[in-house]
Amino acid sequence: MAKRIVVDPITRIEGHLRIDCEIDNGRITKAWSSGQMWRGIELILQGRDPRDAWIFTQRICGVCTTVHAIASVRAVENALNLEVPLNAQYIRNMIVGAHGIFDHIVHFYHLSALDWVDIVSALKGSPKGAAALGQQLSPWPRNSEQEIKAVQEKLKGFVGSGQLGIFASGYWGHPAMKLSPDVNLLAATHYFQALEYQRKINKVVAILGSKTPHIQNMAVGGVANPINPDSQSTLTIERLLYIKTLIDEVGDFIKNVYMVDVAAIGAFYADWTKYGAGVTNYLSVPDMPLDTKGTVFDLPGGYIGDGKVGSFKPITSFNDDFFKQGVKEGIKHSWYKGDWDRHPWEEETVPQHTDFQDNGKYSWVKSPTFNGKPAQVGPLANVLGMYAAGHGPTKRYTDIMLETVSKLAGAKVGIEALHSTIGRHAARSVRCAVLHDSLLGQWQSLMDNIGRGDYATFNQPVFPKGEQRGMGFHEAPRGMLSHWVVIQDGKIKNYQCVVPSTWNAGPRNNNDAPGPYEASLVGNPVADPEKPLEVLRTVHSFDPCLACAIHLLDPESREIVTVRTVA
Amino acid sequence: MADKILVLGVGNVLLSDEGAGVRAVEQLQRSYVFSPQVELIDGGTMGLDLLGYLDDTSHLFIIDAIVSSKPPGSVVIEKLLDPPAYFRQKISPHQIGISELLAVAAMQDCLPPSITLFGIVPLDLSTGIEMSPMVNAAVEQVVLAVVEELDLMGVKVGAASC
Repeated sequence: MAKRIVVDPITRIEGHLRIDCEIDNGRITKAWSSGQMWRGIELILQGRDPRDAWIFTQRICGVCTTVHAIASVRAVENALNLEVPLNAQYIRNMIVGAHGIFDHIVHFYHLSALDWVDIVSALKGSPKGAAALGQQLSPWPRNSEQEIKAVQEKLKGFVGSGQLGIFASGYWGHPAMKLSPDVNLLAATHYFQALEYQRKINKVVAILGSKTPHIQNMAVGGVANPINPDSQSTLTIERLLYIKTLIDEVGDFIKNVYMVDVAAIGAFYADWTKYGAGVTNYLSVPDMPLDTKGTVFDLPGGYIGDGKVGSFKPITSFNDDFFKQGVKEGIKHSWYKGDWDRHPWEEETVPQHTDFQDNGKYSWVKSPTFNGKPAQVGPLANVLGMYAAGHGPTKRYTDIMLETVSKLAGAKVGIEALHSTIGRHAARSVRCAVLHDSLLGQWQSLMDNIGRGDYATFNQPVFPKGEQRGMGFHEAPRGMLSHWVVIQDGKIKNYQCVVPSTWNAGPRNNNDAPGPYEASLVGNPVADPEKPLEVLRTVHSFDPCLACAIHLLDPESREIVTVRTVA
Repeated sequence: MADKILVLGVGNVLLSDEGAGVRAVEQLQRSYVFSPQVELIDGGTMGLDLLGYLDDTSHLFIIDAIVSSKPPGSVVIEKLLDPPAYFRQKISPHQIGISELLAVAAMQDCLPPSITLFGIVPLDLSTGIEMSPMVNAAVEQVVLAVVEELDLMGVKVGAASC
């Protein structure tokens, strides 16, 4: 008989993402993805000045702050047909690039690697063996026996004091953990090193976005970074050179450590190229605009149907009609009043909560569709799109990734392996390398443009009487993000954010087709229903982001994850 | 050089009382003038991004909404003598919060030696940018408590002249 499990990472007072699975004979046969939190940013924004919207939207989430700021100003600029000075595009692009790299590194090492890497097993590894393995895999100078040994000592200290700390939640010793102690130890070493590099790249965001953790420099019409090569209080050449140093240091880590680790995990867990494909309609948008109007981009994006890379259709500008008309959100299975399927400009947000109904309403997340079909978004969608568009760096890094995996696995691994749980990690590391190249390019373009004497960073927006509609998209770390605004007489009349996790975590759509999380879980093995590590592997591979809006310190309880098994 | 004191307010201002920590920092910035050794940060809902701010910090004050059995509007002030006790089990993936921040800081040997939590028990976590009156009062209480704590540490705090 089928067994049902519920994985519910909730605090005692607020829930976020809940996954229900039916398991039969050790395989998942059916899955439901339910966002447990109601988010009504749209209601807060109605009636406000469109120039302020980004300040509110960047508070939606704790990790993707910058992305909601960028999508918001782009949406208002799009409504006003407002061009953005070149310097402002480059500065925004650098924030986008640095933030994306930060996010991808943190996602892999600190939020999902421990689904694959057993920290407790790392204690048994031999530093000498791990160092030898590391040196065989890449020229990274920090794979030394000495450094690895120091990390192991540190880990032993944590475990010895009875405090695994941040590692307390892992399924250590789980039968699905397959890496040898030496490999686990090497990966644990990189986990610690990654902490240093994510800090370096995040500093780039902090310098450009001004000092506080939420960027302060965004503006409808450009950025609020005055450029003056000679003044100390503005963006100076000295600061720009410091940014360049930070970017360079992180590049080696991405190419010699992050990509290599993902390839190694992919090769050791080759089974996982067979699980987790799910919805293979892929949607991504172009980003890193190189002109003032948003018609030329450094990174392409577009739509791929049914996993056929050859069917790629590009999205070409901030005004692209194929994109603008294709997006709808449905609420048949979501806790909102009605069962409509509407364009974001036409939506209304009226909550209507019910029980968790398997065949009815069961999520706060709406179900977005592109031309009537569910679509997967994220680095995999983006990398496949860029690959299909013939983007040079994407092709180069994808080929390096596939060659490394093939060499380690001792078998030819082709691009089709990317349609999988592990493929999403591989694509994310490829995208990270691509972003790094692009970031260097943006830096150079900014320097060159300043060198030509152009210091402009802002065009004043003007709000005419009457109604304007705008859409701003951004290829965020978690996937394609779009903000949709309707402005009436200079005030916000309607506002919708269609966020990446909505695309991926959405419930069944108005035609009852499952969303990407739901579809990707079907067929996954589950060795132990009490410890559904496999469910976490697949869901984590999407880099889910539903949990962002709430965090409360809980001094009295530690338990926030519950796994319930329902017969 | 004088010890660096970091006053970190965290929370989500879009969810009513959840933003209490941020509101407290805003109020401190509005009402007082601090010597350069005191840094006030609106940490919003950020997690690991805040790591850099902990560098060289001797005293960390965290102001945040907390889960507690005490009634809404209560204020809980505690020295976190054993920060790892606050490390929680977590799989919610994009949820690196303050507990994880402290855990990572401990691993990187940059955990501030003294940490004080100014916790506020929320009433209303619904979408909205206004706090409930009782939590508003709790925020004012916390603001005074922070100033008093600084005063006890011998750190001068002046009233803002407007």
